[in-house]
Amino acid sequence: MLERAPSDAVLRLEGLRKNFGSLAVTDDVTLDVRPGEIHAIIGPNGAGKTTLINQISGVLSPDGGRIVFAGSDVTALSADARALRGLARSFQITSILPGFSVLENVALAVQAREGSSFRFFGRAAAETALNAPAMSALEQAGIAERAHVRAGELSHGEKRALELAIALAMKPTLLLLDEPMAGIGREETESQVELLLRLKGQFTMVLVEHDMGAVFALADRISVLIRGRLLMTGSPDTVRTDPQVIAAYLGEVVG
Amino acid sequence: MSATTLAASKAVAPPRSGIILPALIFIVFALLPVVAALTTRQYLVDVGCRMMVFAVAAIALDLLVGYAGLISFGHAAFIGLGAYAVGILSAHGVGEGLIALPIAIAVSMLFAWLTGIVCLRTSGAYFIMITLAFGQMAYFIATSLAPYGGDNGLTIAARSTIAGWPLLKNDRAFYYFTLLCLLAAYLFCRALVGSRFGRVLRGGKENAVRMAAIGFNVQRFRLVAYVIAGGLGGLSGFLLANLTEFVAPAYMSWQQSGELIVMVILGGVGTLDGALLGSATYLLAEEWLSGFTENWKVIFGPILVLVVLFARGGLIGLGSWLRRRVFHA
Repeated sequence: MLERAPSDAVLRLEGLRKNFGSLAVTDDVTLDVRPGEIHAIIGPNGAGKTTLINQISGVLSPDGGRIVFAGSDVTALSADARALRGLARSFQITSILPGFSVLENVALAVQAREGSSFRFFGRAAAETALNAPAMSALEQAGIAERAHVRAGELSHGEKRALELAIALAMKPTLLLLDEPMAGIGREETESQVELLLRLKGQFTMVLVEHDMGAVFALADRISVLIRGRLLMTGSPDTVRTDPQVIAAYLGEVVG
Repeated sequence: MSATTLAASKAVAPPRSGIILPALIFIVFALLPVVAALTTRQYLVDVGCRMMVFAVAAIALDLLVGYAGLISFGHAAFIGLGAYAVGILSAHGVGEGLIALPIAIAVSMLFAWLTGIVCLRTSGAYFIMITLAFGQMAYFIATSLAPYGGDNGLTIAARSTIAGWPLLKNDRAFYYFTLLCLLAAYLFCRALVGSRFGRVLRGGKENAVRMAAIGFNVQRFRLVAYVIAGGLGGLSGFLLANLTEFVAPAYMSWQQSGELIVMVILGGVGTLDGALLGSATYLLAEEWLSGFTENWKVIFGPILVLVVLFARGGLIGLGSWLRRRVFHA
């Protein structure tokens, strides 16, 4: 390896590449995520942030490079296999099971990691072993009182919270959050930031977000992505004052 | 707070269909031979038996269509395989049900497993086409089985014996044996859809991407469901062969597969009770309407169109809509 990475990196991307036709949406991206940190990925629209998240979670497979998660190469693993190894994600466009109750959405995540799902008898919905951890994840995410509502009936902000609860119930090693503040109101954004601050340190997180207020409030380190290329990785202060970043991206927001 | 009471009133119990309707259906089935005897309408036993035989296959198909989101257009192949297992064994002098039944189920499950691996690589319309293709393959293989009657089919010398005892020879005994099989199949499927396994299946139908993101390989669960549904199809075939004491390639024709789908849709997809109700209604309509005209489907077709257009949940959906209207009025 050319670059020396901290050997204890939770996630390491090595020379990751992805093309859509002739367009390089991920162009030789190398970065590492350290244990316990919130690592934000920012960049203008079309920078390839979601494509990067999709490759990390296994929805898309890269054209080149490696993804090393918790010490092993997961580049060839499917999304579900990565999830079982402790990689949880939220989606930019909320992805839940709308016809299931809120509690069942989370209980399924518990079920995925607890024991076998090839059980053909016994009512899963009545299993305390699944419902109790699910309930505590809902409490952590602050929507426990909505546990028995159909998930499809939740407000947009509540669906965001549900996605987070699902991810928490997976007891993940790494949490990938794809624009958790997208499309929710000012107040809900604030409570979401508070929630993530409370979880900080318990989970390692990769945060893709457009809300710069939220990013600077949460992130330990920030990677800036421009047209698929990694411009720089650094502390919030370095990124904020970097002339290149200001010129390419932040100028329009902060300036 | 009003908001919380609203939330409570909208709270959903996890899917659990009522007990009253299925209990009613099974009671009617149980009493049918008595009614037939009292009114000396012996053909009712025969009609009821056919209903139950196809209900076994229909609830298995509903497991796929209604819970796994897999529209299988080749489900009749499993019925045919189960039936041919009985016919071929009988042709070789094996008339023992305790041998024929497990073989009928096992052969269908094996076929489901082998074809399922291929079919499940596709989805949507392609899944429909490829299950249809495998169904037709089984059909043409059956027509080419010259030693077992080919196109004309195969007459079975006698109904399967149970431990050497010709129990099923009696029509009423066979009727209640079929009822027992249907009850077992129904209770099994009902337990299954509420189990951990069934919940994964339902989750995969709602949002497969989300299920993968929490760590489920949904295709594995779908394959197991496909094999289970195949096995139940085999059971239905075993019963059909014994009911008619005859086996023919027509059992696995694509029209038969289509009729099974019609039964499930007519009754209401994803309820199991709907499959019970749908298969009974379909065969009753066939019995009754074909009394007026040979082309009874000319009448039945428009009825089905109306059901699909105006009662999206099938007969079950229509029933609960009527109940709501009555209680709100």
